[in-house]
Amino acid sequence: MLPASFALLQEAAGVAHPLAGTAARWMWALPLLPLLGFVINGALSIVSAYHAGPADPGAHPHDAHPSVEERHEAHTGHDVTGGGAHGDDHHVVVRHRFAGLATIIGPGVMVLAFGLAVAIFAAMRGAGDAALHTPFVQRYFEWMPVGDLRIDAAFQLDQLSMVMILVITGVGMLIHLFSVGYMQDDPSYPRYFAYLNLFVAFMLVLVMGASYPVMFVGWEGVGLCSYLLIGFWYLDKANADAGKKAFIMNRIGDFGFLVAMFMLYANIGTLEFEGVRAQATALGPSVVTWICLFFFLGCTGKSAQIPLYTWLPDAMAGPTPVSALIHAATMVTAGVYLIARSNFLFSLSPVASLTVVVIGALTAIFAASIGLKQWDIKKVLAYSTVSQLGYMFIGVGSGAYVSGVFHLVTHAFFKALLFLGSGSVIFAMHRAYHATHSAEDAQDMRNMGGLRRYMPWTFWLMLAATLAIAGFPPFAGFFSKDAILGTVFLRARESTLADAHWLGIPGNIILYACYVLGLAAAFMTAVYMTRMLIYTFLGPNRSGERERDFLGEAPWIMTGPLLVLGVLSVAGGWLNLPESIPIGRVGLLEHWLDPVVGESTLRITHGAAVEASSTIEYSLIGAAVLIALAGIVVAWVMLRPERLVPKREARQEEGFERVLANKYYVDEIYDDAVVQPTVGVSRNLLWEGIDQGLIDNVMVKYIGTGVPRLFGWLGSQLQSGQVGTYAWVLVVGVLFVLGAFTIR
Amino acid sequence: MNGFLTSVGYDRWILPALLGIPLLGALVIWLQAALGGRDAGAAPRAAPEESAAARAGVDPRTAVDEIATGVAGPARVIALATFIVEFIVSLGLWPAFDPADGRWQFPVDIAWIPSWGVRFTIGIDGMALMMILLTTLIMVLASLGSWTYIRTRTHSFYALMLVLTTGMLGVFMSLDLFLFYVMWEVMLVPMYFIIGIWGGENRLYASLKFFIYTMVGSMLMLAAIVYIGLAARNPATGIPTFSYDYILQNVVVSPTAALWLFGAFFMAFAVKVPMFPFHTWLPDAHVEAPTAGSVVLASIMLKLGTFGFLRLAVPLFPSAAMNETVRSIILGLAVIGIVYGALVSMVQTDFKKLVAYSSVSHLGFVMLGIFALTVQSVQGALMVMINHGISTGALFLLIGMIYERRHSRLIEAYGGIARVVPMFAALLTLVSLSSIGLPGTNGFIGEFLVLIGAFKTVPIFTIIATTAVIFAAAYLLWAIQRILFNAFTKPENEHLADLNPRELLIMAPLVVAIIWLGVYPAPVLRRMQLSAERFVTVVQGRATSQSRVVSTGERPR
Amino acid sequence: MLAEALFFSAVLFTIGVVGVLTRRNAIIVFMCVELMLNAVNLSFVAFSQVYGVAGQVFVFFVMTVAAAEAAVGLAIIIALFRHRQTVNLQNINLLKG
Repeated sequence: MLPASFALLQEAAGVAHPLAGTAARWMWALPLLPLLGFVINGALSIVSAYHAGPADPGAHPHDAHPSVEERHEAHTGHDVTGGGAHGDDHHVVVRHRFAGLATIIGPGVMVLAFGLAVAIFAAMRGAGDAALHTPFVQRYFEWMPVGDLRIDAAFQLDQLSMVMILVITGVGMLIHLFSVGYMQDDPSYPRYFAYLNLFVAFMLVLVMGASYPVMFVGWEGVGLCSYLLIGFWYLDKANADAGKKAFIMNRIGDFGFLVAMFMLYANIGTLEFEGVRAQATALGPSVVTWICLFFFLGCTGKSAQIPLYTWLPDAMAGPTPVSALIHAATMVTAGVYLIARSNFLFSLSPVASLTVVVIGALTAIFAASIGLKQWDIKKVLAYSTVSQLGYMFIGVGSGAYVSGVFHLVTHAFFKALLFLGSGSVIFAMHRAYHATHSAEDAQDMRNMGGLRRYMPWTFWLMLAATLAIAGFPPFAGFFSKDAILGTVFLRARESTLADAHWLGIPGNIILYACYVLGLAAAFMTAVYMTRMLIYTFLGPNRSGERERDFLGEAPWIMTGPLLVLGVLSVAGGWLNLPESIPIGRVGLLEHWLDPVVGESTLRITHGAAVEASSTIEYSLIGAAVLIALAGIVVAWVMLRPERLVPKREARQEEGFERVLANKYYVDEIYDDAVVQPTVGVSRNLLWEGIDQGLIDNVMVKYIGTGVPRLFGWLGSQLQSGQVGTYAWVLVVGVLFVLGAFTIR
Repeated sequence: MNGFLTSVGYDRWILPALLGIPLLGALVIWLQAALGGRDAGAAPRAAPEESAAARAGVDPRTAVDEIATGVAGPARVIALATFIVEFIVSLGLWPAFDPADGRWQFPVDIAWIPSWGVRFTIGIDGMALMMILLTTLIMVLASLGSWTYIRTRTHSFYALMLVLTTGMLGVFMSLDLFLFYVMWEVMLVPMYFIIGIWGGENRLYASLKFFIYTMVGSMLMLAAIVYIGLAARNPATGIPTFSYDYILQNVVVSPTAALWLFGAFFMAFAVKVPMFPFHTWLPDAHVEAPTAGSVVLASIMLKLGTFGFLRLAVPLFPSAAMNETVRSIILGLAVIGIVYGALVSMVQTDFKKLVAYSSVSHLGFVMLGIFALTVQSVQGALMVMINHGISTGALFLLIGMIYERRHSRLIEAYGGIARVVPMFAALLTLVSLSSIGLPGTNGFIGEFLVLIGAFKTVPIFTIIATTAVIFAAAYLLWAIQRILFNAFTKPENEHLADLNPRELLIMAPLVVAIIWLGVYPAPVLRRMQLSAERFVTVVQGRATSQSRVVSTGERPR
Repeated sequence: MLAEALFFSAVLFTIGVVGVLTRRNAIIVFMCVELMLNAVNLSFVAFSQVYGVAGQVFVFFVMTVAAAEAAVGLAIIIALFRHRQTVNLQNINLLKG
């Protein structure tokens, strides 16, 4: 019955669409392939770890398990002991017995998925522009058909989701391959690939869903995988804490997502993107603003923006490839995707869009300033990610949806490269410390230095990525960041946003301010990235005499993906060249995404494409280049890697540096202001006060038990125990009754 | 399939059979215990060898097995067989049920006590169908979950479980108010004994609390039922009637009386749900009850309260239930329950208590869904009822399994045990995620439908209720982190054994249900669609007209 | 005839009631109860002269019950005496609240 209806639904939806007969009809296989990988790898993992317990687990707990000793032996050999290629944990290196199979399946499904994605992309290119003004929707089955609410399990393919699919499967594939080397000695190797595959499956559901609820499945699903992977080495409390924190902060965002969906349904009765797009203009202005703000709350959770950003730096507790894939390239950009996808809503609400811009700009500068003073190489990159996500939100908030997505794509390239490069560094450091049985921190930059000599490939690739993120022409980040900053400047001159007021402040002032903040953040980005590069790769080596002999380049399975990403980081800008720099075909991405976001962009710019004079264009570009250069130069001149001492000898920072190193104490403030009071109120007032005290003690014990007891006591006082008394009472009673009858 | 079922007259005998099979099983267990010699398990636990040896005619191998395990008697086998037969027989309801038929299906109507006008009227609609299937499934798993857990007086335990099943199924099927009341009490007594005899250290307090709370409610309900029965009496003969359909269509009570009657039903059902602030019996009962007791209590008995609202309290007195003040109070209590339950659960140290308070939170969603009165929210409420039965049942089963090994329910007794019991960890994580309401698992469907439906009518309450998605993640993830993850600090957990095949068998259907209901709930939703729509139209129609005159098209049959 | 019989029945009953109310010894109280029963029996017999034999049937019924009561009651009193070495009702107040 299921396959029949499946074919029928597909037929009905696709019959008129030009993509119906092409490779795009296999798009359901995109998430299914990694899901299959998850099932197989998960089965391998659980089967190898499982040892059946005794038939009667409760009987004689001590002598009924004769096999418990050998079972335990088996465990320590190849089970989850926590640690892997991380920290200072020196477990016995034994490859998982299914490692070979997991290696084939985990990255294998990703290669297949990427191949399919490319085929679908080719089909879309082949179908021609004119035909693709409506998305290609495939309906599989009814998910929640209730009354007038119809939510189908349906995927949609359009230009925006295609871009995301290519990024997810492409970068995802590279990171899977990198992981083969990075995680090779981990005792939970198949479990790692199971989670990673599951993540990709959910991420694809997120970008392919044809309605908000289906997207929400992916949205929460990737959160789950993030939780599982951050806490991958779960025996360390810090890791488990970080995973939980990520999940709960994401849930705060999900609350916003849910409420936004409720409001949409209550107001226009549909949750499918095409339906909402068609009816969005019918919504009242304040309703749209509220919907957009609630959606944006979801984005701040998922994409780590103020005020919900604190989970992302902690999320670095996971394996480094996970940080690259989930916490840099794909999942955290889901919020940007959500806004780009909901462009038909956000473009209707200048207030909500301005909110997005302001939060994005504040996050960009705030996170960048924290990044200036971090010592953990991954923490630097984490704050850099938060900051770059802020840029993307400036882009999509100011209605430059293409620029936001463009930066999303280039950021996926260079940030993945940075993370994988740092993974390569950590891998080398860890291997060295492992070999010498040292307990030093393999991620602290104060323990590195001069690594260029030992891992030249990684150095040159990291240099390319650093220049890209710093916005140095002609690397990828230069074009995308410049596109965003330039758009904000132009929007401040002429757009619906500039005409609106935000908390009483005129929109154009806000946009100009955000432009300045963006430039400042770009400066800081250049500074902290150069700092990271200098401290890690240049200057003298600080890792220790004996360790130096063990430092070296990672195997080719790890360096290979780095090379590919390196090429993309350098050349990514050609995806969307501005008209002012015509060194190739101009505006490819802009043209590609036009069917999805073009209408909304026009709405924001008062219906006309904004034409800026070339003077303004070139001065904007010049300002951006100057800022990037200034940042690099400042860092180069001021930082003295030879003065650094290893972590164990380092002294405490002083003054504002300490505030920065402690991330403005935001975590502590949240803990004291939100977490502790909630737990305290729950425990002391609600649990012990109301539940135990008021209801159980006062109501149940005193009133519920006490009042009946009081009546019982009063009644018992009438009892003298003397038969004579009872007899008297009886006789009097009889006489009374008889008398009553007689008198009547 | 349907042809075969019709040919054996399935639609005529199925419901009485479902009620009868457990009673028959209980009878067999009792006869076996009475005729087949003493129940070895009844002997003091200290001397299982002697008691087992004392049994005449026992196969020596069995005796050895009993010595080793301390579990005796064929009662568990008989009970399990009965439950499996019951489940298989009930499965036929799924294809035989016609989702497009708005009438009561598989009806049976027999005169019972003619002089009082009491009839044995049973029949089901979509929501009863799902609850019955849930019950028969959960009972199989609960008895399997007690397999080695219950070691004393096994025959009494399993006989009570069987009687309990009849009571619960009877409540879901009853279309006669008097029968409903009888079944309501039939289910109360066995549970009292199950908690009171096989419970934990503080079982007497817990069972008494459970009994008195429930009894106060049901006494009020009895009074209300008698009042309605008399109000519906035949004017010529003076014989009352308790027929649900007749009362729904014909009985008029004054608004004041309706308020009082609704109040009486409200007390009975609100205690059972349990709604804040009538919930404190639940944590005690859950903590003290044996695993099977907790599972049945959480999975099914709590649903009887919400089922009562859906079946009786709200449709019979819509003018009272949907009165602005009353409705606001109930919605307020539901939302308080949702948030309060989640917050209190967060600070529990006992895992069973934590799950008990999470039930308060989940059942609050059901109440919100019912009283928000939209098709989506009512369907969502029904889904939450099913999902909570599956997820919380699974949680209690898992807690029972680990308790059997380690004899502690305290969260702090564990930590990092995912390393030694990976299968248990995987299952506990999955079940917790479903309880949190992760999309793709069953938990999401119900909560989402309740909230999206309720937002249309009561947006403020809904937004407050939605915050529970945050707290739910907080309390369950924190708990499983402290149990499964973190540093492995308790050496006594080093020899913890992972789940055995029997326990995997228990979890398998629940895991399948969690995923299936999360990914493809449409078949279930379709079967409950008419029930939900009818509930909404009847209540809206009757509430607005302030009388029970319902147009022909909407009249329930 | 009837009036006299009823008069004596009433006198006997009153004696019984007063005895039950005033005496302390359990045996005497017990005998007074028997006295009341027999007073009622007398009324029954007297009424049966007027209303038919049903009254006499009742008398047999009462006598049977009284015999059983005597057996049980005396047994209780003996047990009580064994336990407390007294049959004084003032000393027996187990029902006191």
